[in-house]
Amino acid sequence: MNAFEISNEPIDLNDFRAHLLDRSCGAYVQFDGWVRDHNEGKKVLRLEYEVYAPMAVKEGIRIIEEARQRFGISNAFAIHRSGLMELSEVAVVVGVSSPHRGEAFDACRYVIDQSKVRLPIWKKEYYESGEAEWVNCQRCAHAM
Amino acid sequence: MKITVRYFAAFRETAACDTESLETGATSPAELFGECAERHSGLQNYSSSLVAINDEMAGWDALLNDGDEVLFFPPVAGG
Repeated sequence: MNAFEISNEPIDLNDFRAHLLDRSCGAYVQFDGWVRDHNEGKKVLRLEYEVYAPMAVKEGIRIIEEARQRFGISNAFAIHRSGLMELSEVAVVVGVSSPHRGEAFDACRYVIDQSKVRLPIWKKEYYESGEAEWVNCQRCAHAM
Repeated sequence: MKITVRYFAAFRETAACDTESLETGATSPAELFGECAERHSGLQNYSSSLVAINDEMAGWDALLNDGDEVLFFPPVAGG
């Protein structure tokens, strides 16, 4: 399976992993991004992802395809959440399966790194102080 | 010509709207952003932002055509 999806609902990780099972593969690498309780010295209570899904999915599929071609892996799949999220929820998951582990690690890293800077997704953090802020990624403008 | 502008995230909050239809003489997204910044104080800088036209990423100096939908993306932060 090779796909990229946006989900408004919590991600079922068992179901996710099942999509990447492959008898020709001996390695499976999965990265989960969790909602963290702090950022740059501020206590974070929850966060919100705004996603422009039509372009996020299109660009996400491009990233998955690039990973397949660069690293020669068998399967890659990623899901990114949208909407309000609580601490420790899974915000993003990337799974890669391949015959051997080296390329699976590399491809998984590639998919999450590219996803952070290329997808039209914005994160708003809600702080203990009552403030809320859109978090900027300054590297992004140069990545696309 | 007529252009539809869409704002996202911080831009949407600053502009206090997500979509607007403009009659404009702007020939590029950069010029268009300048016009929008006059309408909505606070939209000051697009230097680290991205722009798309009709759901495809574009340059700030791309040529605009009548009926285009221009999407202004503030710096992204997925993951």
